[in-house]
Amino acid sequence: MGTDTLDDVPQAKPDVAEVVLAARHVAKSFGAVQALKGVNFDVHRGQVTTLFGENGAGKSTLMKVLSGVHLPTEGELILDGKPVVITSTVAARELGISIIHQELSLAPNMNVRDNIFMGREIMGSFGVDYAEQERQTRALMRDLEEDIDPLTLVEDLRLGQQQIVEIARALSVNSRILIMDEPTSALSATEVEVLFKVIHDLKARGVSIVYISHHLEEALTITDHAVVLRDGIMTAYGPRAEIDLEWIVRNMVGDNFDLGSPPENVLGAPALQLESLCVAMASGAGNAVDHLDLTVSAGEVVCIYGLMGAGRTEMMECVAGRLAPSSGNILLHGQDVSKLTISQRIAAGLVLVPEDRQRDGLVQTMSVGRNLSLASIGNFTKSLFTNTNDEDAIIDRSIKEVTVKAEGPDAPIGSLSGGNQQKVVIGKMLATKPSVILLDEPSRGIDIGAKGEVFRILADRANNGMAVVYTTSEVTECLAIAHRVIVMRRGRIAAEFTQDITKEAIMAASGESLAA
Amino acid sequence: MSDVRSASLETKPKKAGELNFVHLLLEGRAFFALIVIIAIFSFLSANYFSVPNFLIMTSQVAIFGLLAIGMLLVILSGGIDLSVGSTLALCGVFAGFLMQGIELEALGVILYLPVWAVFILTLCMGALVGILNGVLVAYFKVPAFVATLGTLYVARGVALLMTNGLTFNNLSGDPSFSNTGFEWLGFNRLWGVPISIFVLTAVAVSVHLLLTRTPFGRWLYSTGGNANAAELSGVPVKKVQIWVYVLSGVCAAIAGVVLSSQLTSAGPTAGTTYELTAIAAVVVGGASLMGGRGTVRGTLLGAFVIVFLGAGLVITGVSSYWQTVFTGAVIVLAVMLNSIQYGNKGKSG
Repeated sequence: MGTDTLDDVPQAKPDVAEVVLAARHVAKSFGAVQALKGVNFDVHRGQVTTLFGENGAGKSTLMKVLSGVHLPTEGELILDGKPVVITSTVAARELGISIIHQELSLAPNMNVRDNIFMGREIMGSFGVDYAEQERQTRALMRDLEEDIDPLTLVEDLRLGQQQIVEIARALSVNSRILIMDEPTSALSATEVEVLFKVIHDLKARGVSIVYISHHLEEALTITDHAVVLRDGIMTAYGPRAEIDLEWIVRNMVGDNFDLGSPPENVLGAPALQLESLCVAMASGAGNAVDHLDLTVSAGEVVCIYGLMGAGRTEMMECVAGRLAPSSGNILLHGQDVSKLTISQRIAAGLVLVPEDRQRDGLVQTMSVGRNLSLASIGNFTKSLFTNTNDEDAIIDRSIKEVTVKAEGPDAPIGSLSGGNQQKVVIGKMLATKPSVILLDEPSRGIDIGAKGEVFRILADRANNGMAVVYTTSEVTECLAIAHRVIVMRRGRIAAEFTQDITKEAIMAASGESLAA
Repeated sequence: MSDVRSASLETKPKKAGELNFVHLLLEGRAFFALIVIIAIFSFLSANYFSVPNFLIMTSQVAIFGLLAIGMLLVILSGGIDLSVGSTLALCGVFAGFLMQGIELEALGVILYLPVWAVFILTLCMGALVGILNGVLVAYFKVPAFVATLGTLYVARGVALLMTNGLTFNNLSGDPSFSNTGFEWLGFNRLWGVPISIFVLTAVAVSVHLLLTRTPFGRWLYSTGGNANAAELSGVPVKKVQIWVYVLSGVCAAIAGVVLSSQLTSAGPTAGTTYELTAIAAVVVGGASLMGGRGTVRGTLLGAFVIVFLGAGLVITGVSSYWQTVFTGAVIVLAVMLNSIQYGNKGKSG
């Protein structure tokens, strides 16, 4: 692994003044699978310690051990110099350790105030003291500089705002140690800035923060210490001053990594044309996509960059047939497809890989193989019945093409890592032999290794004449395989870059200021 | 990753025996339950373990089995069909009504349809109720529970209106009108086996093939597992939803015809609460009420468990009040086992 900092193993006795919570030789097994193999981990007092690692590296398991969800199989936790055994999340909370999970755990049918005080309602003389709860909620929201009314239903909030509510809830229990698992994955740049400001304030108040993110650059701007996990082992750690992006990536994946470059192919005829496309907002007020014109040629890779709410998802879902356009045309190889159903569009060669793979991409009750073959059932149906041999052939080919790592086609889909699940969703749509593929945030929540593989698959397909359109909210990904970068802002194209693409120019056009 | 995997492979064989046994017991729980039930009652009563008794019990299974297979389709799609008991009665009464002859006033004649035509029209009646349910659920977004609860009342009401609350007792037809043979389904035997059992077998085999070998089956499992993902993969989710209610209605109609044929009478109050027994059979058979999981084999076993348990209690002279208690306990136990089986698979990492 050859890392310079690894020789300097954390001391067996953590420095109490410096380290608030330490894990020593922590191992955790689930049956035969060893998720953690003796990890040493220090949470620095009043500072941000970021945990880097690919999916399946053991980050989540380590966080669950720290927050009392799992008991370690071996090793011990040391809080303020004293060994502790944290048996439950309630026990962890009493010790001042809170966790904000990657998946939101809010009740969408309840309002912000009730969510924040869920399970620990403030009692007055006549039942729950709603006024006091509301006052405290307002104060929290003021601290977070977020203009959310405590009486708004959570389901009416944007995903980013819901994340803020989740953070507010963790703050409201006065945690000394706050674990944040991918807190920015659904936030816009402005919301991220607010969150980072909040983190600074928390540090000033002496709160120690454990931070996990796939967004490496972003994490680097906030962290004070970095720890890298790989295959359940700590491969490297170091203070912020001694590390950089390249160091993290090298320790995460083991070798140098790049997300690829645009395929050097000759572009063909226009494959997908959007003419003055409008999609109404879900709320009915105004257009989410506003008179958008876009032409994508065969063999071309187009990246659409934009913040949350820029209209990327609405545009993608409208083109795929899930949302109806309020006006405008969608032409596929010159034919208007805007009246076709989703299945007719798939048959015509236009497919979408949705943003949220758990909600829209996977059938969790079905096996890996059944998920892969779901969109191309017609290809292995003879007269009335499906043909098992033909289906197996399609599944085998898909598994090889998108390099899914699974125990076999019969493995439950939930047993796969996020990156492999995403490959299954992509493989499912590729099995229909499309000529245009749309991918909404294909890299969301997958590790850098899988990301590289996904982009390699897409570049490969573009080389063979497929038109590829993907959205992203990470600038690095725009610079990967795209021939052309489109920046969307409020439903319109704000800028278009074909060469000399720079991160700064893209972010400036999206209405985002550079945070660091 | 690679060393984690190899480690898991090394240690697997040690635990495999014990794990497999628990797994097998959990997977085949309805089957083992049935064997235990048969063993216990055969021990308690000499009359229980005999071919005639098994045939009688199985022809009872036919009614619930038919309803349960239709119910399974609906439950697989993530819905529920509370109207099947009422549909059964409505279709029975409708068949009885047709057997009495249709008076065409304009022509001044009474039309006596042949029995096969009566059957087909009755199945259409069942399908009609199903279309109503399906359209309400798929297009008007009425929750399945509420939509079919409404149909439960409407169908029962229509059945009562058709007969004014009375029962059609004469279903045998008249040789002079060449419309005899209605009892054939309920009374006749082929190689000593009641026809109703053949009907159940035919429906079960067809639905089994439908689920395992056709695109529709795949559409249905994916719709129930995750309708959003299914729709984006090109599955016609709304059509699937309508079709399952239609098929459930048709199954209820078949059950209605078989039941009135067995009883040689068609009453508007037949099949009250049968929908609950059908749901119970589906659940005991290991299907998930959340949709997407379940098999015809399991559902049939579930129907056998419930009927054989009830019949055993009758034969051994246990009070019918206890029967209700036992049946309830079996259902709760089955749901508990279902959540053990699916609970750890439901959430993905």
